[in-house]
Amino acid sequence: MAQTDTAQAPDGAVLSVHNMSMNFGGLRALSEVDLEVRQGEVVALIGPNGAGKTTFFNCITGIYTPSEGDVFAYPRSGKKRRVNGMRTNLVCELGMARTFQNIRLFPSMTALENVMIGRHCRTKTGILGAILRGPGTRREEQMVVDSSYELLKKVGLEKMANEYSRNLPYGAQRRLEIARALATEPFLLLLDEPAAGMNPQETLELKEMVIRIREEFKVSVLLIEHDMKMVMSLSDRIYVMEYGRVISTGTPKEVGEDPQVIRAYLGEESDA
Amino acid sequence: MAAENIFAHVKRALIAAVWLAFLTAPIMVIRVDTVEKTVTWRWMHLAYMAAGSFLLALVWYIMLERRDRGKANKDAEGNVKESALARGFADPKLVKPMLAFGFVAAVAFPWIFSMYQTNILVSALIYVVLGLGLNITVGLAGLLDLGYVAFYAVGAYTYALLNHHFDLGFWTVLPMGAIMGAFFGLLLGFPVLRLRGDYLAIVTLGFGQIIRLVLENWSDFSFGPSGIANIDRPGLFGIPYSVEQATTYIYYIMLGLVMLTIFVTARLKDSRIGRAWLALREDEIACQAMGIDNTRAKLMAFALGATLASLMGVVFAAKTTFVNPASFTFMESAMILAIVVLGGMGSVVGVILGAFLLMLLPEYMRAFSEYRMLLFGATMIVIMVFMPKGLVRAKRKIYKINAETAG
Ligand SMILES: Nc1ncnc2c1ncn2[C@@H]1O[C@H](COP(=O)(O)OP(=O)(O)OP(=O)(O)O)[C@@H](O)[C@H]1O
Ligand SMILES: [Mg+2]
Repeated sequence: MAQTDTAQAPDGAVLSVHNMSMNFGGLRALSEVDLEVRQGEVVALIGPNGAGKTTFFNCITGIYTPSEGDVFAYPRSGKKRRVNGMRTNLVCELGMARTFQNIRLFPSMTALENVMIGRHCRTKTGILGAILRGPGTRREEQMVVDSSYELLKKVGLEKMANEYSRNLPYGAQRRLEIARALATEPFLLLLDEPAAGMNPQETLELKEMVIRIREEFKVSVLLIEHDMKMVMSLSDRIYVMEYGRVISTGTPKEVGEDPQVIRAYLGEESDA
Repeated sequence: MAAENIFAHVKRALIAAVWLAFLTAPIMVIRVDTVEKTVTWRWMHLAYMAAGSFLLALVWYIMLERRDRGKANKDAEGNVKESALARGFADPKLVKPMLAFGFVAAVAFPWIFSMYQTNILVSALIYVVLGLGLNITVGLAGLLDLGYVAFYAVGAYTYALLNHHFDLGFWTVLPMGAIMGAFFGLLLGFPVLRLRGDYLAIVTLGFGQIIRLVLENWSDFSFGPSGIANIDRPGLFGIPYSVEQATTYIYYIMLGLVMLTIFVTARLKDSRIGRAWLALREDEIACQAMGIDNTRAKLMAFALGATLASLMGVVFAAKTTFVNPASFTFMESAMILAIVVLGGMGSVVGVILGAFLLMLLPEYMRAFSEYRMLLFGATMIVIMVFMPKGLVRAKRKIYKINAETAG
């Protein structure tokens, strides 16, 4: 039922959302949203506070079940999968990994262990294996440690591998969340305001990191971000959301010139 | 310490002392002799009360301040200083000899000490395993289970009933008890999958009460409050043995089970499964969003904790040769939880220490007769105030990185 057909998406999409709506009681947080992310793209989702961006992430990662519409994912295996209502952990296993707007690391685990958690769904030691700790288990465990350490190096945190994640500086915590998401071997990386709380220098480094990660891991990226400079220079395409609707979409240049967007961001004279 | 601080402490202690003396005045001062029909006014008691509480309060306030000052220093350094206890356990030069000595002492114990002492130690060992079992559910997976004693009861009654009706022996029932425990763990686990925190605590509390009430009232099945007596002791290849030898025998069985449990929990703690439990405890949503099946992790934690409790139930029934529902009250659950919290949530060494402390302390404080529970409570409060993370703070493993990848 989940896999409706085996054909690749026609235009190389890895995620396509059709007509998705989300109601919280009487509040319509998302209405009829259409969105598509193609292979290798960096797509930004922007919009004023409360527009419904985080809700959109929650809907496509199984934390909420959308009230209406379809979410389709095209994982590396090539099988089209309907994601609506799928359990959160299965969405991750499918290959859509996210970070959180308000950092959600595991505070009393070390940085390395946080990344190792990401390897969980790609490994398989069970209770018995863990107790007996045979050669297979030990090999797997060492592989988890090594690959997690590699990922820490990619985000520049290898020196802090054995620090408790709660003791890391803010910017490092954000990067650790990205490393943890990468550890699940995603085809689509969902970043919820990765630059929030970072200074301009850190933001610049983050931008370069995202570009590097996209090349190296061949992932597509969908990111929510308020930092316009970063969004404009990083993304291939942008979706602008306001009051739960997509009001504009296109390349950074197109969106930047769209009067609707300018109105949404600066407010209409008559409204003020 | 600055002079004004001392002054402030003295002032607070004075207020506390006066207040306490005032509150307790009626019971401390007035003594009514109903036979002689006289009333004695013991005013001196008021003075003792005030002086005693003043001193205690003063010491308390000064210690609290020292603790807070220590905390501030630690925060400035950025890392937490270990307690001397934890450092002792971490020093590799000390660990090996300590373990060796502990093992020899444990093996020699029944030959050196009396049967009475051995019996006490067996009880303590049972609580070590119970503590380690609950540590999986509460300490590692963060699922607050207030009905843990129910699984202990399941094991005890599994053995008692199977022995009574079908004459099955201890060694046959031991694995069956484990299976029953796992089954009941899942039985509790399924309905509470969506609950956490306080809600989970209340439902598990109810579960514990239900099991006890069923055992108390379903007389046809469980023989009600009068319980089941004359349960067989563990068999020893058909060799008969005396009651004294039985104590020694059960002691060694328990020693084996304790070592097995320590081995199992220590290995699980730093495994793929243990990490998943920890992630579950730290942040359920993030845990699931990182691809961990919460349902599986929770059920595993419940089932494994319950299995250990049930195993101990079987041993308990064989040790006392008698079970009734009175052994499985909420007090037991609370005690086991206290062992875990006091010892240090998630720390194997801490839980073991906690079990010994909480089981042996009341035993050896019998000398203080009626003040025993008071002292016991006071000890617990002092430990929790000054060591809020427990006797031994749980630490995460430091991983070695393969040279080639690190280079
Ligand atoms: N679980 C929920 N129940 C009810 N309302 C919700 C829920 N989650 C979000 N909302 C509402 O949906 C709307 C969109 O919220 P959302 O968090 O998605 O905004 P956002 O675009 O991420 O904003 P920000 O830029 O501030 O992060 C808000 O009005 C919010 O109050
Ligand atoms: Mg948001």
